[in-house]
Amino acid sequence: MMYDWLYNLTGSELLAMFIVSLLPLFVFILPFALLAVLAERKVSAHMQDRLGPMRTGYHGILQTVADIIKLLQKEDLVPTATDKMLFNLAPLLTFVGSYAAFAVIPFSGFFIGTKIDLGIIFIVGITGLVVAGILMAGWASNNKYSLLGAMRSAAQIISYEIPTLLIILTIVMMTGTLSLYDLSEMQTAYFWNWLILGGPAIGIQKILLIPLMMMGCLIIYTSTLAEVNRTPFDIPEAESELVSGYHTEYSGMKFAMFFLAEYANMFAVSAIVAIMFFGGYQSPFGYLGNTLGWNWLVPIEQFSWFTAKGVFFVLVQMWLRWTLPRFRVDQLMAFCWKYLIPFSFVILLLVGLISLM
Amino acid sequence: MRDYIYNFWQGLYTILVGMKVTLRHVFIPAVTIQYPSVKPQMPERERNRLYVNMDDCIGCDQCARACPVNCIEIETVKSIPGEDLGTTSNGKKKALWVTTFNIDFAKCCYCQLCVFPCPTECIYMTDVYEFSEFQRESLLYDFVTLLPEERIQKKKNYEELQAKKEAEKIAAAKKAAEEKAAAQANKPAEPKPDNKEENKQ
Repeated sequence: MMYDWLYNLTGSELLAMFIVSLLPLFVFILPFALLAVLAERKVSAHMQDRLGPMRTGYHGILQTVADIIKLLQKEDLVPTATDKMLFNLAPLLTFVGSYAAFAVIPFSGFFIGTKIDLGIIFIVGITGLVVAGILMAGWASNNKYSLLGAMRSAAQIISYEIPTLLIILTIVMMTGTLSLYDLSEMQTAYFWNWLILGGPAIGIQKILLIPLMMMGCLIIYTSTLAEVNRTPFDIPEAESELVSGYHTEYSGMKFAMFFLAEYANMFAVSAIVAIMFFGGYQSPFGYLGNTLGWNWLVPIEQFSWFTAKGVFFVLVQMWLRWTLPRFRVDQLMAFCWKYLIPFSFVILLLVGLISLM
Repeated sequence: MRDYIYNFWQGLYTILVGMKVTLRHVFIPAVTIQYPSVKPQMPERERNRLYVNMDDCIGCDQCARACPVNCIEIETVKSIPGEDLGTTSNGKKKALWVTTFNIDFAKCCYCQLCVFPCPTECIYMTDVYEFSEFQRESLLYDFVTLLPEERIQKKKNYEELQAKKEAEKIAAAKKAAEEKAAAQANKPAEPKPDNKEENKQ
């Protein structure tokens, strides 16, 4: 465990805790956000037969760095008619909500903020803060588009939380644990132990579970995609309708906070899908470190596997974004209540029956 | 119920089709041209900035007359005898010094009408299209190859020649008058036609 190791290294509980809590931000989220924004632009450009940013550094690799520097230099505008306190608090709350989720996400068996037993419930609960932040931003901006965006966002996140939670419940029912660390450890060894392929079950049970798990994976991926407000579920920030939704009035670093929160969230939900269905940080073929007898290599390999899985799902999110058009509000609700929720109930029921076998 | 399942399947299937299309486009080379560093190939009959090859210009003023916006300004001075202006590339002898040949590209509409009348094909379109300026005056292009002093000199030469010719003419007229007077003195009886008309009036 990272914390124990740092505690032994520094000899100070406070310092170790401080480092562990800041590590995901500086080691992971900031570089990830920088690269993801660039990747988003490059992927979208190439999908549309364009080139994307090309002039800052080799093929534009420094573009996001330049953007961040620009945002840092910008004046921090606060419109006069806003509710100052809420307006300033909202980006912070949004970012805190999405960052706190990283406390329980196991990047590897070694690099995990805390191994609390209620990992999944913690994530579901703490990301609720994001809704509060978005609603706060929309309300405090005193702008009709912001408010409209924020209200759409709240409605969307609350309705899509239901299929997400039902699928999480299915997984919890099957595995009997809420801890993300235990969930990852359960899917160890080879890839046929991953929950998408029925997990550690054997025989007829496994074969029956595979299609249900695949459906469940699809449903949780779709509904978490809706929870992070990305296309095709981006009606809260629909550029063509609402300027840019709840962050219309924000500029400079506060806008960057929303942006960072969005990208952190993207990775968080991808990580949840990876942990629940694709073995988390577990390698699909065993570890080179174990074969060679270098124990220190295993956590590094695990970290890279986890990152690769997460980034893959983020890329699929981008891929979907540039493929699908935006839902209408009624279609969005119909899709959730008429398709995702009934299907997740059926999966919950069938998985329950299969688990009883 | 059948519709419901069918819708679900259709939704899933069409998303996969769309994703296949976008994935294919990732590997199609971009159509973007990186403009300032890579320039696009212009068509063969492009119409851009004009150029005047002054070696071939005979100062015939046809381009200026063809111009619909009067952006070409030409002034010419006749050469004096003994000056060799050379010939144009198609063998025409040049007889005029071109002392002013201004094209105002702020006015030019790039219609290419000036190009066709040119007898020596010395005014033509080039492939230069990046010549924006901060001052409108900078777009007034002067194509004359003569130095400013030379232009004045040519003008002065011609004026001197004219003056000389004028002087000669006056001298000749004087001489003629003198001769006439002498002739009249010899034949005083001959009646004058002018006087006749005067009488009539």
